[in-house]
Amino acid sequence: MKIYADNAATTKMSKRAIEAMIPYMDTVYGNPSSLYSFGQEAKEALEGFRQRAADIIGCEAREILFTSGGSEADNQAIITAAHLGEKKGKKHIISTAFEHHAVLHTLKKLEKEGFEVTLLDVHENGLVTAQQVADAIREDTALVTIMFANNEIGTIQPIAEIGKVCREKGVIFHTDAVQAAGHIRINVIEQNIDMLSISAHKFHGPKGIGILYSKKSIRLENLIEGGAQERGKRAGTENLAAIAGMVTALEDAVNNLDENTAKVTKLRDRLIEGLNEIPHSILNGDAVSRLPGNVNFCFEGIEGESLLLLLDDKGVAASSGSACTSGSLDPSHVLLAIGRVHDVAHGSLRLSINEETTAEEVEYIITAVKDVVSLLRGMSPVWRNLMEGKQKFILE
Amino acid sequence: MALYSEKVFDHFRNPRNVGVIEDADGVGEVGNAKCGDIMKIYLKIDNDIITDVKFETFGCGSAIASSSMATEMIKGQPLSEALKLTNKAVTEALDGLPAHKIHCSVLAEEAIKSAVKDYYDKNGIAYDCAAFNDCGSCAHCCDSHEE
Repeated sequence: MKIYADNAATTKMSKRAIEAMIPYMDTVYGNPSSLYSFGQEAKEALEGFRQRAADIIGCEAREILFTSGGSEADNQAIITAAHLGEKKGKKHIISTAFEHHAVLHTLKKLEKEGFEVTLLDVHENGLVTAQQVADAIREDTALVTIMFANNEIGTIQPIAEIGKVCREKGVIFHTDAVQAAGHIRINVIEQNIDMLSISAHKFHGPKGIGILYSKKSIRLENLIEGGAQERGKRAGTENLAAIAGMVTALEDAVNNLDENTAKVTKLRDRLIEGLNEIPHSILNGDAVSRLPGNVNFCFEGIEGESLLLLLDDKGVAASSGSACTSGSLDPSHVLLAIGRVHDVAHGSLRLSINEETTAEEVEYIITAVKDVVSLLRGMSPVWRNLMEGKQKFILE
Repeated sequence: MALYSEKVFDHFRNPRNVGVIEDADGVGEVGNAKCGDIMKIYLKIDNDIITDVKFETFGCGSAIASSSMATEMIKGQPLSEALKLTNKAVTEALDGLPAHKIHCSVLAEEAIKSAVKDYYDKNGIAYDCAAFNDCGSCAHCCDSHEE
């Protein structure tokens, strides 16, 4: 059996998205900036997709900027808001400790420019509250950037409430919605969002394409200088084929959202229930306010990379927050942010399933994980010490 | 390119000498759970010859493979030979390790040295301290042996 359970990393493209791309490589290949009909046809298509993207998230077409993906969108949103604030003497930014590195590393860069960054505690359940944001906002706060849903532990933040607080205090609110788009309903008006990042390959669209929604009152700062594409805010010939694939995939995801959520949530909860039977393990992140397809566990006494490799041998593709899988010395910053100690964070496993996952596959994954965990525990000196009482269990 | 060599995968998937020797003559444990790898080596020694060796490892694929390969390399060898085993030799025997995994082979070398030292200490056998690096702190294992 071959099971892909790493949909939070990337997804398989849908047939419809692939088909939607072909005309823009095959027949409508003109440059949207060219004035002859080849170009104008492409331009018309481009603006059509922009309108459709806008309709999905509830904004105006001119508020949609096509980018190379989520990371670029995050970078541009944060840099823009920070520098807009700086002009008014505001050099304080609020975020959380478990953002994606596209956000955290951009914030690090801004700290070197003299910005002060407050990272809110995400608690053991992986959730921040609007009250925390309200308490942290100061006179000089330029931006609040908080992810819609976490990429590792899948927790969904109270975005509308946080947005409301920011709106009341007049602070720009950006959310990295890379894991949320296509999986949770997004409406930037109802959810009080000023800026939002989307990446197509997380919802069966192509890689290398994304969206930055930015409220029209915000004057965007360019990351890429050059031609006048994207209203002069993002130079470079538009990747129309990828845009076509992305918008098609996003529409499909949103049209099937309720049905998929119901189906995937049920599978997810069965997966959690099955893995909970493994002793001395714990589910990371809130069990309820959670992406439909996300399961993330820590298993005491083992290390995540060997877990992944043995699961791969059994045909299950998953990911881990262990240091060995990241190439750094520290395990996942997300797991550390929710209070997991290093010893336990090394033994983490993320499974991200989707609507194509079957109930049989879920049962297979449960058995495979149980087998591999007990095999690795069988050769772990840490596990022996724990079992012999020489060391105390961290996970009950 | 694959993540690891065929040899590493072989020793990871079918590790040799996994287990415990209850009446071991020397036991060595190095590494730190905080770092993500701990290696424990058990030696049975008869007349200065390693007659049996077992290991337990908490760690990534290359840590398990390094333990397995290192135990194979010292099994049946005199202690003097076991003490000469370098992390480089373990890495070479595995047909190489990725740069950031070299410390796994270092752990294997040090776990063996630590087990031999334990045997010497228990039996009051004199030895040259310089032959044994003090390993056990996380920073030591993770940082200073890279490459």
